[in-house]
Amino acid sequence: MMQLDAEKQMRRRKRKNTIFHILFLSSTLFGIVALALLLIQILVDGLGWLNWDFLTNNASRKAEKSGIKAAIFGTLWMMSITAPLSFIIGVSTAIYLEEYAKNNWFNRFIQTNIANLAGVPSIVYGLLGLTIFVRVFGFGKSVLAGSLTMTLLILPIIIVASQEAIKAIPGSQRNASFALGANRWQTILRVVLPSALPGILTGSILSFSRAVGETAPLIVVGAVAYITTLPNSVFDKFTVMPIQIYTWANLPQEEFHNVASAGIIVLLLMLLTMNAVAIFLRNKYQKKN
Amino acid sequence: MARMKQSKNAKELNSFMQKKKGIYSWDRMMPIILATIAGISVLTTIGIVVILITESAGFFQAVSITEFLFGTQWTPLFADPKFGVLPLIMGTFMITLVASIVALPIGFGSAIYLSEYAPRKVRNFIKPILEILAGIPTIVYGFFALTFITPIIKMVIPQTDLFNALSAGIVVGIMIIPMISSLSEDAMNAVPSSLRNAAYAMGSTKLEVALKVVVPASFSGIIASFVLGLSRAIGETMIVTLAAGALPNMDFDFLKSIQTMTAYIVTTSQGDTAYGSVEYRTIYAVGITLFVITLIMNILAGYISRKFREEYE
Amino acid sequence: MSIVQIKDLDLYYGDFHALRNVSMNINEKSITAFIGPSGCGKSTLLRTLNRMNDMIDSVKISGAVSINDTNIYNPTVNVELLRKEIGMVFQQPNPFPKSIFENVAYGPKIHGIRNKKQLDEIVETSLRGAALWDEVKDDLKKSAYGLSGGQQQRLCIARALAINPKILLMDEPTSALDPISTLKIEELIQELKGDYTIIIVTHNMQQAARVSDQTAFFLNGEVIEFSDTSKLFSNPNEKKTEDYITGRFG
Ligand SMILES: Nc1ncnc2c1ncn2[C@@H]1O[C@H](COP(=O)(O)OP(=O)(O)O)[C@@H](O)[C@H]1O
Ligand SMILES: [Mg+2]
Repeated sequence: MMQLDAEKQMRRRKRKNTIFHILFLSSTLFGIVALALLLIQILVDGLGWLNWDFLTNNASRKAEKSGIKAAIFGTLWMMSITAPLSFIIGVSTAIYLEEYAKNNWFNRFIQTNIANLAGVPSIVYGLLGLTIFVRVFGFGKSVLAGSLTMTLLILPIIIVASQEAIKAIPGSQRNASFALGANRWQTILRVVLPSALPGILTGSILSFSRAVGETAPLIVVGAVAYITTLPNSVFDKFTVMPIQIYTWANLPQEEFHNVASAGIIVLLLMLLTMNAVAIFLRNKYQKKN
Repeated sequence: MARMKQSKNAKELNSFMQKKKGIYSWDRMMPIILATIAGISVLTTIGIVVILITESAGFFQAVSITEFLFGTQWTPLFADPKFGVLPLIMGTFMITLVASIVALPIGFGSAIYLSEYAPRKVRNFIKPILEILAGIPTIVYGFFALTFITPIIKMVIPQTDLFNALSAGIVVGIMIIPMISSLSEDAMNAVPSSLRNAAYAMGSTKLEVALKVVVPASFSGIIASFVLGLSRAIGETMIVTLAAGALPNMDFDFLKSIQTMTAYIVTTSQGDTAYGSVEYRTIYAVGITLFVITLIMNILAGYISRKFREEYE
Repeated sequence: MSIVQIKDLDLYYGDFHALRNVSMNINEKSITAFIGPSGCGKSTLLRTLNRMNDMIDSVKISGAVSINDTNIYNPTVNVELLRKEIGMVFQQPNPFPKSIFENVAYGPKIHGIRNKKQLDEIVETSLRGAALWDEVKDDLKKSAYGLSGGQQQRLCIARALAINPKILLMDEPTSALDPISTLKIEELIQELKGDYTIIIVTHNMQQAARVSDQTAFFLNGEVIEFSDTSKLFSNPNEKKTEDYITGRFG
């Protein structure tokens, strides 16, 4: 009797486990299905519009003539400032925090501050850029203002990623260098950074892709939607791919939604390439260890 | 002769005592240079706080804080403008509510699956897909909401507006799933396997190990991931700008157009409001409200995970 | 009389042959010690007895392990119910981050006991059984992490007793403890012998000699010698056993 009860109860517990297993699995599949639907829809709508003209035309009021050239160049212009600048500032900050900073209140404050900056909504960075770079510094609605805003936006991400990479270098390597008579800076330059570089690059590329995909703060700092000339200098007005897509998506005509899909394909391809490079670096690095 | 040789040797041996570092050596300069650069992140914070306060100060000279915080109408561009921020907060709240109904259970469930159930191969396959999902720009999600989710909702409930809170909220939810899932999973992975072994050795099923041992032991980390996810939903901009419309209201109707704080800032900064006017300054007043709300949530999340951090002995 | 029968057991971790053709019978309500140098397969064999090895993907097993004449690797065997019959105590004390009470009540609860009075009773009996009751009876609601290492290990024993097992597996239960706590646990093991079949892994030969009735000596996944403890330590049959117990290697 007791034995029977126990078995019955056990069957119930097993069944419950199976049901929840299925539920948990479905939750995980939900994200995958959503991703698949999103990609399929965009490919179906956009592939037909994707051709050489689309890549080499500027914006137009006619869907057939619309192209993404100005937006691609705008994104490239912006990243040519944002990427090196955020990399230098981010890695320097990370080196300072990991290799030099003592555990005092000021350095803890910087660390907390960085963590909080990472959680500030991107639109608030837009307000910061609009006020400081566009107005106070007088850069206007230019490539420069947009690039600097994006630099500040992705800075916390690069800093944290670089810190992780630097932390992963075992202290024994540093000690070996010190024991040979190297000073701290030599040790950082010749031992720590070379080992941490793949990790730092991976993290940096991933945050660059965040900058490439951002829309809202650039709208606020005044990157314009309808543009038919490419920027010639950092003080020129510009647009970027996500804003161009936003503009097309906002138009009521159905054809422009297809144009937007084509634009999204180009954007996703660019991000995919960046991610592939990052993953390639990461794998190459992991194999070495 | 012998003595001289000896003293010379002693000199060589002690050479380390004589060589002084140059004052301008890299080793001395670098920490100062790096610390200065590290200050940029502090300046950023100061910049954000100062511009939000100074620019919205102008706004609050024209509009009382009480009217702003408790007014139920937001019509800054009307001839008789009203500056009650509650409709925008309501819009943000509705989006966050829908998003959390979607994202909390699904993110939590998938975290349990990945940390407790999934065989290693499956996990190695699924994790990168979730990372891709997390890396998709929000403008793409917004487009997805507008052109895929909204038509489906309209098919089921025909009277739904083209722009509505439900569609945008669902997609914001989808967007934050990877974040909640991976942060919760990190918390669960931090539970030592010795606790799982103890529970299995007593005859627990996987579900019992997950829900009675792992989840209670990582509870604070899970809650922190929820709070961070919601904070992200509150700050999300492009999905709501594209799919939820631009009609601030207090109706609490998920099938109608609404406006969130973030969408208001984007939409208004696109328009031609005159620099320095009260209308122009509304974006800072709304911005500081948004900033304070998300800051509180982020600090709360940090506090929860630090204060209630489980120490496993 | 024997409660556990192991026959021709081989175990592989992937390609690594961790247990080689192990056969032995373990007597009911006795204490059996597994000794041998580190890495020789003692813990692995212990984990085959409650099928904890199931959770390691690379494990492949052949041969038979029977408990009360039922092969526990038979596909119809319910692993959870099997483990309910077999308590396990680990090398490191591993209490849950819960109260003392909840730690002990965990097992009975998952196995379906809801009644508060019944749970109270089980918790008290188990804690008494683990010689911990007097030390913690006023602190049942307090976190288990407030206890000392030795107390935590006795709590883990109480937790294992609470599911009312027939067999108690202990994997180096005192290796993380100080000498005084070790002594207490050894005394406890002696007391538990009347009610449970105890199998204890130890790399401490004195401990094996002090507490056990029978001892198995392992080397490289093989059982070299399995006999009465007094015989094995005073007059071993095998040269390798003698080398080991006289400290010539390991
Ligand atoms: N999960 C595992 N995967 C692969 N090999 C393992 C695993 N666990 C143990 N081993 C190997 O099996 C052998 C026996 O291990 P174990 O039973 O833990 O030894 P003991 O408890 O006697 O010290 C060791 O060589 C060990 O490296
Ligand atoms: Mg062992």
